[in-house]
Amino acid sequence: MNLFCVGLSHHAANVETRERFAGGAGVDSTLRAAGCAEALVLTTCNRVEVYGASEKRVSTDLIAECLARHDQSVSALIPTCREYSEVAPFYRYEDEKCVQHLFRVASGLDSMVVGETEILGQAKKAYQSARASGAVGPCLHRLFQRAFRVAKQVRTHTEITRGSVSVGFIAVDLAQRIFGQLSNCKVLVLGAGETSERTARALVSRGVSDLRVSNRSSGRATELAQRVGGQAVEFDEWPAQCREIDILITSTSSEMPLLTPANLAPMLCDRIDRPLFIIDIAVPRDVDPTVNELEGVYVYDIDSLRSVAEQSLAMRRQQIASAEAIIAQHVADFGEKILHELSCVSRTGEHAPVGDSSLRTSQL
Amino acid sequence: MDRNLLIVSTICFLAAVVRTGIALRAGIFRPGKFNFLAIGLGFIFQTAFLSIRGHALGRCPLTNLFEVFIFLAWSVALIYMLVGPGYRLSLMGAFTAPLVVVLQGFALVATIDIRHQANMPANPSLEFHASISLVAYGAFALACIAGVMYLVQERQLKTRRLHSIFYHLPPLTDLFAAITRLLWLGFILYTVGIASCFFTGRPLPRVQVVAAIGVWLLYAAILQGRHLRRITPKRVAALCIVGFSAALTLLWGITFSAQTHSVP
Repeated sequence: MNLFCVGLSHHAANVETRERFAGGAGVDSTLRAAGCAEALVLTTCNRVEVYGASEKRVSTDLIAECLARHDQSVSALIPTCREYSEVAPFYRYEDEKCVQHLFRVASGLDSMVVGETEILGQAKKAYQSARASGAVGPCLHRLFQRAFRVAKQVRTHTEITRGSVSVGFIAVDLAQRIFGQLSNCKVLVLGAGETSERTARALVSRGVSDLRVSNRSSGRATELAQRVGGQAVEFDEWPAQCREIDILITSTSSEMPLLTPANLAPMLCDRIDRPLFIIDIAVPRDVDPTVNELEGVYVYDIDSLRSVAEQSLAMRRQQIASAEAIIAQHVADFGEKILHELSCVSRTGEHAPVGDSSLRTSQL
Repeated sequence: MDRNLLIVSTICFLAAVVRTGIALRAGIFRPGKFNFLAIGLGFIFQTAFLSIRGHALGRCPLTNLFEVFIFLAWSVALIYMLVGPGYRLSLMGAFTAPLVVVLQGFALVATIDIRHQANMPANPSLEFHASISLVAYGAFALACIAGVMYLVQERQLKTRRLHSIFYHLPPLTDLFAAITRLLWLGFILYTVGIASCFFTGRPLPRVQVVAAIGVWLLYAAILQGRHLRRITPKRVAALCIVGFSAALTLLWGITFSAQTHSVP
């Protein structure tokens, strides 16, 4: 049995190219008609990949044709299947290389944002869908089961997923490092910008229930408050609110800093044992940078948040070697036991049942 | 035999320290079961040592500086075992183990295990006073460790330079709550310890009593400042370190002077 992976990813193909080869409904059956005994298509915003197993080699061009067949624009552009691999930078991995590639993909090592975990859910979904349509046999079943195990092990034994890389979730992470449970935190959103809304939503998703929104235009404040499940507050009242709140998200278009040590210090006297976390995403900044020097106040402007994101990514990159070591062990083990066994099975023509160690519903 | 138990105990704590160090260097620190198990095992060997020594002496093993250090290390481990997992402060083990290693390592290396020639009579009141005071010191030590953790976490948040350990340290508010609880626990035990010294039936060394009351007043002031919201959490954390340093100096002074005057 020949195990292979053919695909396009963000590394070499732009989104336009990936769109053209994104496959479509019925692509599984097309692939089987092309000679794949088993086939699974993994399509995400960053990649289009076919994992397959076949008795005889199925060419990359034929796989590419299967992926593009349903797209009229591609078929019109490329008259013969020999040219598919010339217009798109398809890669192909076979046997152990294919196993290694899938393990890397499932673990988030091949992702645009190293260590992102969304890919694992997408792989599980693709597996479930292919299994439901009967396109997955013992070969891909074992391959994907192992890939899910490897991804879990990589997440558990390395820091590859540590830290957030988006502004909203960095803010939430930092808030949790300061306050622990966010359910008792009071949040004020000053300025009804898009990033403020995303950050507020991220906080609400982690349990914040007391959310206040203030904006120069009270109409916009009310709209945003309704969207995020908070309450609108008059713009004049925001200084008074600072005495009560724990987290301030500010993004007004003020030309001058709204918060300075001089006007914030008196408010802090009443809340000496409660920290104040300020997320300033306005440009120019709403908060004087020296406010960060006040005790118990933690100010993060957009540059600081980006710097934290870079540190998180750097931390994740440091973990790549440890993750690769875990993957290498599994690739060697899989190659030694499973690939050898499957090649024997394919020679005798007997297939192991898929359901023996099938993916639990809870894992999906 | 009893010293071997202590060496094994120190190795257990050292294992926790080494593992933490390696994990920190690799940037993959996370509080796992290993630290808790290593400290737990170390604590069992400490307890066995103190138990054997106590039976041999026929009294609470607090007759010289060596035993005082071991008893203090045992108190630190005991309070950690009680509050660490309870308050989701398992990472505290990473900070507790080095302190215990230093205390026990010093006790083992220094020639301070001097046995008294005469068999000293047991004095339950004095033993109660000494042991309860040392357990109070254990609580103060843990408050000091939580204070260090608070300052580390606070510094990272202020400077926006987040190390791997940042994600494993407890939140600032949880740490501050733990510091407050540990201070109260230590303060109550220390108050009982100081009060009990007046019922030992022995003449009280004036300088030591004044110094002990000085330490008591320092902790009382920290708690009062905390209660009245006059001291910021960061300063409370820093004062915990100052307070424990003062308490440790006093402990050393008391034990040293007791040894030089051959008073158990």
